[in-house]
Amino acid sequence: MTAGPGPILEAHGISLRYPGQSAPVLKDFDFSLDKSEVVTLLGPSGVGKSSLLRVLAGLQAPASGTIRIDGEALSDVHPRLAMNFQNPGLLPWLDLEKNVAFGLDFARQPKLSREERQNRIDAAIAEVGLDHARRRRPSELSGGMAQRAALARCLARKPEVLLLDEPFGALDEITRAEMQDLLLKVVRDLETSAVLVTHDIDEALLVSDRIILLGGSPGHEIGQWTIDLPKPRHDAVSELGRLRIDILSTLRNARLHH
Amino acid sequence: MSVQSEPLSASNLAPASAPALNARANLLRARSLRLVLGLLGLGVLLAAWWLGTDVLARPESFAARFSPTAALPALGELLTGSDLPLHVMVSLRRVLVGLAIALALGVPIGILIGTSRFAEAATTPAFQFLRMISPLSWMPVAVMVFGVGDAPIYFLIAFATIWPIMLSTAAGVRALDPQWLLLSRSLAATRWETLSRIVIPGILGHVLTGARLAIGIAWIILVPCEMLGVSAGLGYFILDTRDRLAYPELMATILIIGVIGFALDSLARALVGRFAPGQA
Repeated sequence: MTAGPGPILEAHGISLRYPGQSAPVLKDFDFSLDKSEVVTLLGPSGVGKSSLLRVLAGLQAPASGTIRIDGEALSDVHPRLAMNFQNPGLLPWLDLEKNVAFGLDFARQPKLSREERQNRIDAAIAEVGLDHARRRRPSELSGGMAQRAALARCLARKPEVLLLDEPFGALDEITRAEMQDLLLKVVRDLETSAVLVTHDIDEALLVSDRIILLGGSPGHEIGQWTIDLPKPRHDAVSELGRLRIDILSTLRNARLHH
Repeated sequence: MSVQSEPLSASNLAPASAPALNARANLLRARSLRLVLGLLGLGVLLAAWWLGTDVLARPESFAARFSPTAALPALGELLTGSDLPLHVMVSLRRVLVGLAIALALGVPIGILIGTSRFAEAATTPAFQFLRMISPLSWMPVAVMVFGVGDAPIYFLIAFATIWPIMLSTAAGVRALDPQWLLLSRSLAATRWETLSRIVIPGILGHVLTGARLAIGIAWIILVPCEMLGVSAGLGYFILDTRDRLAYPELMATILIIGVIGFALDSLARALVGRFAPGQA
């Protein structure tokens, strides 16, 4: 367990309903994330995982509920949170380095000196192992490299919380495993917390300190597991296997009773 | 998204392999074939001109006065003389000013239409209506409003070319990756930052494609526009040669108009290829 003292991100009573839809996407949802903790929001498609992440990121205002980062109420996007999307979303007219730097000089971002900015860019690119590809355009990057670049773009902002919306979903299995290892390394190196949205149970088992299982409709928590195993966990198959069965049966029960 | 599969490592640095060389040779062959066929087509055109005027028409007929055997020497004289460059420069300036006005108005309006469904619904019928009126029908009105000289020509060119620029700008805005806009929101971008750092670079290819269409239209309507109330330019020169009964010069001027138009389009295509590869 790597959890530090006190929650960095807290949400209370989050409800969300999209206009024109009768059923709410989220109802009265509570959530908290400790410092240096990796929490996975796991669940089938359409259960509100990504919506919840957007609410946490300040990209989507909830119908009700409050979000606090380090005790401070959050009403809009916040520089201490960085969101990584399903697609890398790199800008094709910028090379990799400029993509990583994108947004650092925006008016509403914290002011950085030129030197400080360059240091951050260099560190972020080095962290994801793309030093050799700085001048490449997005069209010259593989899927995995593009996703690394998108992660570096988040890291350059030195967020305290990384919000990851199925960032590895479109990658092949080997690249995906590499990205999971990279995520663990990043979280350890930079001492950030992370919320990962995924529907892949194995991914959740490998990277999370805690798994929150969402199910039913509207989405609500149907189970929660704390995984107290050292990472990386490639060798802990037997322990994880038991958890896997547990999660799957919880999910199945929730479906039956719905 | 334009993410491609992993390029074979170091394939960009290593000397080209045999298949790559082969592919390059094929490409070269295809290109030279295109060039040869294109020249052949131009040759057929020239031959048809010659047949229609020198061979089939009777020597005393009117058509014979437009023959290439007279026009080509006249072309040589025009190219070495001092009149023609003046007319060409005047015409090019009018096209450029007219296009600049069309870009300055068309791009912002296009962005507005592309961004707002409301603006789109409100303006589409009016713009479709205006677009379908030949700009030349405004000529008398333009002359009365702007007076004789360059101003009505600027107006007419701008009026004719604003539509493709506006429409392709709007299409470009609609084709922006929604995730880029989400990214700019997550970075707390101001409106100006979103516009200048995402929207404008993101639609550049579409704008240039619209500008390329616009250049073609501008060059086509320029000549009739210059036939009214001006004393320089290629359109004026056409009428001038007619009045002087200098038919070989008239044909030579038509040739020049075609060549410049061809060059303008190639230039525009090169610009699109340079700044928005894959869209030319």
